[in-house]
Amino acid sequence: MKTMTNRSFRTGALLALVALIAAACGSSTADTAAESECFADPGLRAVEAADDLTALDGTTITLATHDSFALSEGTLEAFTAETGITVEQVAVGDAGQLVSQSVLTAGEPTADVLFGIDNSFLCRGLDAGLFTPYVSSGLGTVPDDLQLDPFNRVTPIDFGDVCVNYWTDALPGTAPETLDDLLDPVNAGQFVTENPETSSPGFAFLLATIARFGEDGWEDYWTSLVDNGLSVTAGWNDAYYGEFTAGGGERAIVTSYASSPPAEFLFADPPVEAPPTGVLFDSCFRQIEFAGILAGTEHPDAAAALIDFMLGSTFQEDVPLNMFVYPANSEAELPDAFIDFGPLADDPLIIDPAEIEANRDDWTERWNAIVLG
Amino acid sequence: MERHRSWIGRSRAGTIGLVFGPALFLGIFFILPVTQLLIRGLGDGGGAAFIDTLTSPTIRSAAWFTLWQAVASTLLTVVVAMPLTAVLANVSFRGRRLVNALVTVPFVLPTVVVAGAFLATSEQLGLTTGTFALNRSVFAIIVAHVFFNVAVVVRTVGGYWSQLSRDDEHAARVLGATALGAFFQITFRRLRPSLLAASFLVFFFTFTSFGVVLILGGARQRTIETEIFRYAINRTDFSTAAVLSVVQLVVVVLLVAANLRLRGRLSSGDRIGKRLRPARTTVGAAVVWTTIIVTLGLLAVPIAALVEQSLRNGNGYGFANYAALSDRPPFLTVTPRRAVLNSVGFSCVAALLATVMGGWASFAIAYGSRRWSRLLDTAYLLPLGTSAVTLGFGVLITFDSSWYDIRQTWVIIPLTQALIGVPFVTRAMVPVLRAIDPKLREAAASMGATPGRIRRDIDLPIARRALAIGAGFAFAISLGEFGATSFVGRRPEFMTVPLAIGRLLSQPGDLLRGQAMALSVILMVLTTAVLMMVDRADGSVL
Repeated sequence: MKTMTNRSFRTGALLALVALIAAACGSSTADTAAESECFADPGLRAVEAADDLTALDGTTITLATHDSFALSEGTLEAFTAETGITVEQVAVGDAGQLVSQSVLTAGEPTADVLFGIDNSFLCRGLDAGLFTPYVSSGLGTVPDDLQLDPFNRVTPIDFGDVCVNYWTDALPGTAPETLDDLLDPVNAGQFVTENPETSSPGFAFLLATIARFGEDGWEDYWTSLVDNGLSVTAGWNDAYYGEFTAGGGERAIVTSYASSPPAEFLFADPPVEAPPTGVLFDSCFRQIEFAGILAGTEHPDAAAALIDFMLGSTFQEDVPLNMFVYPANSEAELPDAFIDFGPLADDPLIIDPAEIEANRDDWTERWNAIVLG
Repeated sequence: MERHRSWIGRSRAGTIGLVFGPALFLGIFFILPVTQLLIRGLGDGGGAAFIDTLTSPTIRSAAWFTLWQAVASTLLTVVVAMPLTAVLANVSFRGRRLVNALVTVPFVLPTVVVAGAFLATSEQLGLTTGTFALNRSVFAIIVAHVFFNVAVVVRTVGGYWSQLSRDDEHAARVLGATALGAFFQITFRRLRPSLLAASFLVFFFTFTSFGVVLILGGARQRTIETEIFRYAINRTDFSTAAVLSVVQLVVVVLLVAANLRLRGRLSSGDRIGKRLRPARTTVGAAVVWTTIIVTLGLLAVPIAALVEQSLRNGNGYGFANYAALSDRPPFLTVTPRRAVLNSVGFSCVAALLATVMGGWASFAIAYGSRRWSRLLDTAYLLPLGTSAVTLGFGVLITFDSSWYDIRQTWVIIPLTQALIGVPFVTRAMVPVLRAIDPKLREAAASMGATPGRIRRDIDLPIARRALAIGAGFAFAISLGEFGATSFVGRRPEFMTVPLAIGRLLSQPGDLLRGQAMALSVILMVLTTAVLMMVDRADGSVL
């Protein structure tokens, strides 16, 4: 009798599982529909690399970036020396502002090349038809998992991980190793993260939990985080320097970057032997930043040459210490602080950009209801 | 009042001459871009977006919160600022100019820095929970708004007050009125137009406040301004953002119209311009200094925290953070020192533009025909009550042809900043111009002076203090401006101090944080120095 019950229970469970999978498939079919729109063949002709760069001598092109873009002096000048093309860089707000202003001016761009659209905004840009395809000669050095657009409308330039960090000496217990450890009562009142609607790392962490716990599990996870004394700030600065130990705050766990420990090491005052912070690698969401030739540019050839340069070693090796991200070119050499203190997650969490675009508003609304309700 | 208006703006040509410049400036750099953006936003399915937006409960509660927190912030600002305003307008004492300048310091501090200081203070005072918590609460938002805006009341109202003739009040005292009675019966009534003008400026600042609401309000508080940002930037939903911008503009226009009506009723025919020097003290020195110390003390707590942090480094205290400003740290496109020079340059241009345009507009408002006067007065308040997103994106899609594409030149930065500075000039100047004794002008006219000559030789010298106040504000606003500047595409070499501070505070590392604090302190010192210079220029004239 008992076995029978067990068996029928099992059958029921199996049936339920099948139903669940079917439901999941149903919803993922819907997602695939959205995906196919974003990564469908745009039917655009790719820009061909110019055979003769001397023809471009004297051209001036504009590179639009977000405010976080920075290079060492002389890096862009090296490009000018190589090609005769002058680059004027223009910075516009944060990554969100950059994308939304580009969507607003789609077809009549303010620049020739855009740098700084990441995987969480990628499909918004592609859907708006911002970019012209171009297959860079440097793509061979870029790992396949960074090349998200099959039609090469955008080219991966750098990447990094948004991860939960902790201040080692301030932790009440042992260092957390999984996302579930943040629910441990010993870590009650220790975690501060950022609002996904006002902060890019905040949104990345929400995506990390969705990738980890799935469409059906992430809301429960956040409910438990709230029950365990979660705090939410508007931006990274208020979290890291307001509530986290770094600024004298009371909380020892914060959403930041995998590259934060190397920064803590390099900009410590007084200097330290090793960073005071560590990374919870189970929580890392991968952010990939792309560059693309803006549709409507009058200088597609020069723009293509700039994309090639951005994948070359001069540019790629200058990126880490100026922007605290990793070069997309796998042959570029990394600075010591990155090798010593800035390992990346082996198996970062990812979500398809098309799925992000299709669900962004829904996810953040639901997040609002749970966390801020 | 009608008399001097008709006296100078009688001819059609006169009115056109007065109105032409300011109207053109506002038309090109504000009305055109904003209209373009609204048309774009409302173009596709605007009607439906209107209904959806206006019936959404989140947006309604955001609108309600925006309104009441702005009203509360404004009232509290006036209450906190009045004692110090009275002292500075009536008593001459050593260090008066310094106090006058120090009050304006909070105005230029980046929100992210001040919010940080507030959070630190709240922890030290143990005010982290409850209604009066200084973090994550409506109270925190209102207190921060007071902190930022006390200067508006102290300087605009004080500027007018210090020039009021005190004869009537003296007469009342002689006839047996108490000091307080004389104040409320006479002085307060006469101050009302300028008090109202200052209140409106504070109201619009707090109405469109962004960083303070976001950071100090915690994630829960939403205003129309933060909702515009959320829809336009996070969601690329320009139609909802446009509807919200329209709502914002409608509220602003309604309030300005109410203001005009009220002011019409309040005009009291004050006479100023007879003896323009600060009145002698009638209040005990103790009261004076208590007021100064208490008000400055309140403002000083967050400021002192900044100074302390800017001096702190790995080896204790010193000027290491300041010395480091001449090297370019990573993530910055220029050295912090260059950013300081940029900011000062932009601010000078913005202040100059705002003073010229604001001065011109003030004459048009004070002496132009009634219709033009009202129109211009209303229109020039609009930029204050408009979201940085709306203006920034409007500029972006308007100036897009190559021959007038100024989007990426440096000019666009001071231009947008001057728009916000102009209403400060007009709000300070118009009450003064209107109160100038018409006998002075009539005398000059009867001796053959032309209207232009009268403006130059009579009106301008008397209004110079007001002009200086406006110029000072325009400079300070421009120095601390972050919102609109961040929407305008900038060459890396044009990085300003607020942007540099934002960048330095966006990465871990005590060195970077120390430099950000040092830059904030430099902003404060610069403001104080420039405002003292402006105040002196004014003093030597009168």
